[in-house]
Amino acid sequence: MPQGFSGKDSSEVSVDAIRRGDVTIDDVRIHPDTLEHQATVAAEHGNAQLAANFRRAGELTRMTDEYVLSLYDALRPGRSTQEALLQFARDLEDGGAPLNAQLFRQAASVYERRGLTAQ
Amino acid sequence: MSEVIGRFRFMNEQRVNLDGFATPDANLGLVAFNSPHDPQPSLTVHDGAVIEMDGKTSDQFDTIDEFIALHGLDLTIAPEAMAIDSLSFARDLVDTNVPRSQLVALASGMTPAKLADVLSKLNAAELVIAMTKMRARNTPSNQAHVTNRSDDPLLLAADAATAAAFGFREIETTVPVLGDAPSNAVAVSIGAAVGSPGMLVQCSVEEATELAMGMRGLVSYAETVSLYGTEQIFVDGDDTPWSKAFLTSAYASRGIKMRVTSGGGSEALMGGAEKCSMFYLEARCVSLARAIGAQGVQNGGIDSASVAGSVPGGVRSLMAENVMVMLRNLEACTGNDALMSESDVRRTSRTHPIFIAGSDFICSGFGSIQRYDNMFGPSNWNSEDIDDFLAMQRDWGVDGGLRTASEPDVAALRRRATEAVTAVYSWLGLGDFSSQWAEQAIDAAGSKDIPTADLMLPLSASRTIVDTDVTMLDVIAALAENGFDIEAQRCLDMLKARVQGDYLQTAAIFDEDMNVLSLITDPNTYAGPGTGYRPSAQRQQVIDTIRQQQSVSDIRAEQHAYATNNIVAIGAAAVSHDPRDVVIGVSPATGKDIWRTLSGLSVADVLHEFMAGLEEEGCVGRIVRINDTVDLGMIGLTAARMSGSGISIGLQAKGTALIHRRDLAPLANLELYSVAPSLNRELYRLMGINAGRHAKGATPEPMRNPYSDEAIEARYHTKVVGLVAIERDCSSQSQPETMEVR
Repeated sequence: MPQGFSGKDSSEVSVDAIRRGDVTIDDVRIHPDTLEHQATVAAEHGNAQLAANFRRAGELTRMTDEYVLSLYDALRPGRSTQEALLQFARDLEDGGAPLNAQLFRQAASVYERRGLTAQ
Repeated sequence: MSEVIGRFRFMNEQRVNLDGFATPDANLGLVAFNSPHDPQPSLTVHDGAVIEMDGKTSDQFDTIDEFIALHGLDLTIAPEAMAIDSLSFARDLVDTNVPRSQLVALASGMTPAKLADVLSKLNAAELVIAMTKMRARNTPSNQAHVTNRSDDPLLLAADAATAAAFGFREIETTVPVLGDAPSNAVAVSIGAAVGSPGMLVQCSVEEATELAMGMRGLVSYAETVSLYGTEQIFVDGDDTPWSKAFLTSAYASRGIKMRVTSGGGSEALMGGAEKCSMFYLEARCVSLARAIGAQGVQNGGIDSASVAGSVPGGVRSLMAENVMVMLRNLEACTGNDALMSESDVRRTSRTHPIFIAGSDFICSGFGSIQRYDNMFGPSNWNSEDIDDFLAMQRDWGVDGGLRTASEPDVAALRRRATEAVTAVYSWLGLGDFSSQWAEQAIDAAGSKDIPTADLMLPLSASRTIVDTDVTMLDVIAALAENGFDIEAQRCLDMLKARVQGDYLQTAAIFDEDMNVLSLITDPNTYAGPGTGYRPSAQRQQVIDTIRQQQSVSDIRAEQHAYATNNIVAIGAAAVSHDPRDVVIGVSPATGKDIWRTLSGLSVADVLHEFMAGLEEEGCVGRIVRINDTVDLGMIGLTAARMSGSGISIGLQAKGTALIHRRDLAPLANLELYSVAPSLNRELYRLMGINAGRHAKGATPEPMRNPYSDEAIEARYHTKVVGLVAIERDCSSQSQPETMEVR
């Protein structure tokens, strides 16, 4: 059985355990290792982009919901300056999320060229 | 000459003429395929990077081009793929000897303009074959909309359970009031769990809100992550390819399945098509969907289906969009969503090729509820069409993902769904429902049938869900605490599926045993007749056995309910020489097994009318059962030969009747009522009168069969076959018998 994000084995998560209050939302959240496994499966079935998505997702598992939502908002058009996008990229790189950092660096470049950065 | 002639006045009144039909105009993006402004396919790769694509150099790329160029193409295969002749590749798409895997691999190196060029070459019949062969998942499926005007949680749950009973494997809900979204997500999830294990549920709202609900476990997939084919419209939608790519990963990071939404015509509708064809712009969306790592696409017009439908070839382009998604090896949720025509014929025609080809989801929103309750707007298929859809499945032997459901089963599910929601809402302090409200919701065909609903409850429930941080774990606990153990387990199984992650793969659904069916576990194996998805014998039985079907024993039982003892045999019948004598010959089952005619009259009443009509003319009717034939002509002729006047009336108990004369051939007759379902007492009386006049040697004005523009034959032919079989069972070599009607 796979493990939840918390490390708890899925077999330990039961309705009774939930009733006892012994299950947290992190016990039923996906683990980055599972996403890595799914990325491997996707790549084996000819979808490198889906695999890349799962690997970016793996990096995001460790972030809070609020931080993930704030990153999404930062990428919406006109929300961030080029420098702010690059700062996010550095933070992500430092935080062990190099794939998402690369996404932000690309956005910083293309948004500037297409006039989609905040002025 | 300003008057329009009657023929055209009549044609103008038909429902199809409520639809808008546009003169093609490439400048407005109102062309399905091949705008003169669409680029020619091209690709230049230098040092492992795209420096030119579809006629633009990289410094001219907009954000969509740039994302596709950076992420969307397999550059190892691109040179070969781009060099292939489009027509030859199109032929391979319908060649069952060329495997899907080979085509998918090549397509991963094709630019948007190349994909558009290839797929524009398939005609309608070829699209059917290509879809059959190219869709990702072997087993077809279908998705339901479950919404209502008042966000009534009890009705949402009852309707979600109902949708599951009819076989839908995905349910999409949304809100008329944004603040109600969390309550809707909870209610639909509970109702879906009552209906079946493994139901995927989404609540379509603004992107960030939808993701937040997913993170709480309140929904299990997302679909309304919209993509557009021009940068301007994309940015107007407050997103970019990068923000959408990030959002895609955000869903996966919480183990939530997602697909994106696009669809031809949306850019033209929003005035930003940049003079390109709908199909080319959609090719950009599909290419981008693949590039951002989405596992699937909902397309085929969606909200703009009627825009595509307004131009020549537009409906074909909607299906070609779906096939393009399949060619890019993604899950295809194939539109047939927003109602695209006021005409029942056109909307059926729009869906039918996809229905027979089969797709991952035939409808990306079959309105399983009332049209007025569909908060996405009415669908191309709605609750009034469920029986039509089931009949179409049965007609063609096609698995459209649905199944018949019995009234008692659905009633029981609706009751349990309302009980479960009532218990959970009460337990979690979300609100209380009166028993009257619940009873109305169980019975309701739509929200108009629930006058007692409290419209404020969903909003206050939603606030409580947000403020007290209610998650699916709390819902599961509440279900279990109130005795809904099965539903609690089903909801937990959906949470555990996220931990497992297998349903994140392309085209994943769950079957009712919680097995994941996807590109990985249930790949399309179509390679010509006898291959690919074929319903199992058991599944075919489900498709074939709709609740309305009747066997001879059903018809016999129906007749038996009307059985009386007022038509009885009183002895052998003889030939008469009385010139006033008119024999009424009746069929073998008369007074035995058939008591009602097809028009709903009792056979005795029909005989009374004959007798009365004959009496008016001074004749004497004599009822004789002809036991040795079920053929009406022979019944009539046999009766005429026994008749003193030489004139007879022949009657099959199902109501068909004629007037015969003893010197005529069996298949000739004097007058005939052939449309038994439309006959009434007055007409049978008239037949008695006319028979009397014939007996007296007069020439009466012939009776006229009542005219009807209804599909009488469709309604009654099944019964006719059954009733004739019953007549045959009653026939024997025994002699004619005199009958008495009391």
